[in-house]
Amino acid sequence: MNFINTLLPTPARSLLLFVVWLLLNNSVAPIHLIVAAVLAVLIPQLTAPFRDPQPPIRRWGLALRYIGRVLLDIVLANLQVIKLVLGPNKNLRPGFVLVPLAITEALPLTILAGTVSLTPGTVSAEILPYQLHENSAKPKFLLLHVLDLQNEAELIASIKQRYEQPLKEIFQC
Amino acid sequence: MLNQIVLIAMIGIGIALLLNLWALLRGPSVPDRLLALDTMYINSIALLLCYGIYAASSLHFEAALLIAMLGFVSTVAVCKFMLRGDIIE
Amino acid sequence: MTWLEWIIALLVIAGTLFVLLGSVALIKLPDFYTRLHGPTKATTLGLGSLVLASMVFFNFIEQQLNLQQLLIALFLFISAPVTAYMLIKAGLHQKLAPTAGTQQQELMKQRDKLAKGE
Repeated sequence: MNFINTLLPTPARSLLLFVVWLLLNNSVAPIHLIVAAVLAVLIPQLTAPFRDPQPPIRRWGLALRYIGRVLLDIVLANLQVIKLVLGPNKNLRPGFVLVPLAITEALPLTILAGTVSLTPGTVSAEILPYQLHENSAKPKFLLLHVLDLQNEAELIASIKQRYEQPLKEIFQC
Repeated sequence: MLNQIVLIAMIGIGIALLLNLWALLRGPSVPDRLLALDTMYINSIALLLCYGIYAASSLHFEAALLIAMLGFVSTVAVCKFMLRGDIIE
Repeated sequence: MTWLEWIIALLVIAGTLFVLLGSVALIKLPDFYTRLHGPTKATTLGLGSLVLASMVFFNFIEQQLNLQQLLIALFLFISAPVTAYMLIKAGLHQKLAPTAGTQQQELMKQRDKLAKGE
């Protein structure tokens, strides 16, 4: 067990590398399996010094449900954006919104910013304050640009409840 | 029949590329032009995918992957340059 | 045409429409910040459905196992928000003027203070 731990410090990342290499070559010939295995062991080892420690995913079932929900939301958000784009410009009510966040870790923040960009008529602009490591205890804010801002409080509440709460549970932070 | 539909789709994506070119030339600011260029990258991937279906050949996907990666890296590099005046600090 | 070909045709048409509308948004919307919404959302979803169409085509009609396209979709869905984030950061840094009627424009000025953690 100890041997496996030193060889594969991050099993999920190694598995991802293995699968991506096979997909790149589009084959499962023995030679590709060998090269994929070598890369899956070597790359995490070589890049370990550059990486900051991140909280692990604690609840995989919830994470899968989160992915499914985000994919569904992407489709719905697109239909909404298309409706806005095809309508006249003067009907748009663009605006900036500042969302106070409860999570402070870098990885959940990145995932939250990414999902918010892809989903409900919003693009995340910045996570403030910048320094994630020096003052990671300080509360974070997410600056958003919204294409059609109707009710600020409602939007903030829906982002917090729909995306932030599940992320908090997935990472248990 | 499928080939005709894919051909029409390719015409649509071609129009989208021309619109991107217009946005690229119109600007008015540098981030605007960069956004247009990035969209052009993505649309050319779409065109390659359609051509893959049209020609029934999976040879083009590697080119599509390359365009995706180069497009992403170059856009981020230019953004970084605009933010800091330097790409690698 | 078989029903599989109809599915492919539907996905290709939907993908093209999304891609086209993303590009129309780029031309039509009034300022940089609103223009950003078209390409990050519509174009990404359009490409997603095109990838789905070509996966159905190669795996079921051409009868060859081909999952490489999945990689294109995966990469684009990861890179699209990052690109948008970098672009809007560059736009804010250059202090591009938002269109008249943008709500809460004062947040653009406040962000310098917030960035330092005050």
